[in-house]
Amino acid sequence: MVNELGERLKLVWWAVLLTMFACLGLVLFCVLLTGVAVVLVSVGIPMLMVCFPLLRRFADFHRHWAGKWLGVTIPASYRPRPKGNPFVRLWATVRDPASWRDVLWLFVNGTFGLVLCIAAIVESVLGLLFWWWPKKGALYLDALLVKWLLSPSEKALLASRVQELAESRAETVDSQAAEIRRIERDLHDGAQARLVALGMNLGMAADAVDTDPQTARLLLAEAQAASSQALAELRGLVRGIHPPVLADRGLVGAVQALALATPLAIDVEADVPGRLAAPVESAAYFAVAEALTNVIKHSGAHHVGITLRHAHGVLHMVVEDDGRGGATIGAGSGLRGIERRLGAFDGSLKVTSPPGGPTSVIMELPCESSSPKTSPSSGTG
Amino acid sequence: MRVVLAEDLALLRDGLIRLLEANDFEVVEAVDNGPSLLRALTTHRPDVAVVDVRLPPTFTDEGLRAVIDARAQIPGLPVLVLSQYVEQLYARELLADRTGGVGYLLKDRVFNVGQFVDAVRQVAAGGTAMDPEVISQLLTKRADDEPVRALTPREREVLSLMAEGRSNAAIAGRLFITEKAVSKHTNSIFMRLGLPQSEDDNRRVLAVLAYLNGS
Repeated sequence: MVNELGERLKLVWWAVLLTMFACLGLVLFCVLLTGVAVVLVSVGIPMLMVCFPLLRRFADFHRHWAGKWLGVTIPASYRPRPKGNPFVRLWATVRDPASWRDVLWLFVNGTFGLVLCIAAIVESVLGLLFWWWPKKGALYLDALLVKWLLSPSEKALLASRVQELAESRAETVDSQAAEIRRIERDLHDGAQARLVALGMNLGMAADAVDTDPQTARLLLAEAQAASSQALAELRGLVRGIHPPVLADRGLVGAVQALALATPLAIDVEADVPGRLAAPVESAAYFAVAEALTNVIKHSGAHHVGITLRHAHGVLHMVVEDDGRGGATIGAGSGLRGIERRLGAFDGSLKVTSPPGGPTSVIMELPCESSSPKTSPSSGTG
Repeated sequence: MRVVLAEDLALLRDGLIRLLEANDFEVVEAVDNGPSLLRALTTHRPDVAVVDVRLPPTFTDEGLRAVIDARAQIPGLPVLVLSQYVEQLYARELLADRTGGVGYLLKDRVFNVGQFVDAVRQVAAGGTAMDPEVISQLLTKRADDEPVRALTPREREVLSLMAEGRSNAAIAGRLFITEKAVSKHTNSIFMRLGLPQSEDDNRRVLAVLAYLNGS
């Protein structure tokens, strides 16, 4: 009863507020037009410099209100404003089609919208008197109007998507190039160098075998040690590129193997039927592995829980620990690397980590799972 | 002693055949893929099988799955699995039936011919041969557990050698101590870990591995 009354009073308040705003918007519209008209005179440019940012705030306020009213999110899709002097920024704003859509809305809002808002005042006052009067009415239409005019156009949405893709592609290319450089260096300084030493030792042993068998035996033992070390280094390298167990058993098996090989108490809970596409599997595995490395390095945790779940075309991965918390996605942190890795597949990363813990790293990757034909039987033995 | 060998790289397969035959093993069949391996194991019922984990046609863990299937049909069939890398997960699966006669070694261990041949014989006799890398990972994982932390450094050395599947005599030789000293250490280890004592070497090793695997 009290709630109902409160809600209906709120309607009146909103109707009045929006009516006032519609009038103010009309004033802003006139000032803006004047600014455009006298843009060649000195006062025109400063007028626009004030009006456009004001208009954006104003439009954002209405987007927020209408979004809440309709239960949807109405995103703004302005182009990113360049840094630099105010003239450059104004020029970028003027060239942004979204700005002119705002102006159009401002006009409609000040005319047709104003009529709707006045109707809403009448309606909401009636609503106070007669309780059977429906609550959704003119304000609802006004919200639809805002949604229609202030939602980003198809073109703007595509443009921002292209921007996103270009960024993530650049990051992927960068990190891949860095990865290949690292592998090249590791091979060059590691296995390759050891194989050279091995060949040298074998050559010297061959020379010495008749004259000095004692030395030959020593050289052969050294050669053997060098080949063991080369193998160990190659193993480490292969694990970093694509762990064999991932190829063998897929994501779940590989994460279980990782949990077993990590000196921490780790529970793995998994529900991922079938196999994921190889690149996605690899990205997901390394994301989890990186999150786990972060836990070991920074959290001081005793217990870690890993959850893997594939549902509705999205792979959800959660790594939780009982450590000290305070993790952030900063530059140079492992979490930033995970974000980049997942970004290449339109995945996302969220971190909740209050000081004192616990920390949850929540990762999502949109992907399809294949039929479970290649997945091995898990109940071996 | 009759051996079935599975290795898909011809170079390694020939090397292993030569190595085994030079040490008085008879290689009854050498195969290069998973399905042939399963067939060879069930028809020849060899004294021991030496198997590479990764085999055609899938080039995944075909070899491992074939031996686990074969052991389901022929319980206790001795198998020594070789691999370029070791995974706790696979060691655990091989040990899951707790019947022994299991080996899991890195391929590099073949370099030391004497030790490798010993390992093959040990597995054929129903013993266990686990790669030191598997055991050291297991021990690292359990290092913070109360009973393991209570062990002396020497006892920990004995524990890891025992978990690799070595006999008391071999441990004594490795650590330059007497066999009597080794059995004193093993008694103390079993008491601290709360494991039942056993005269049988193989069963002792399996108990230690089960403990370290946390099962």
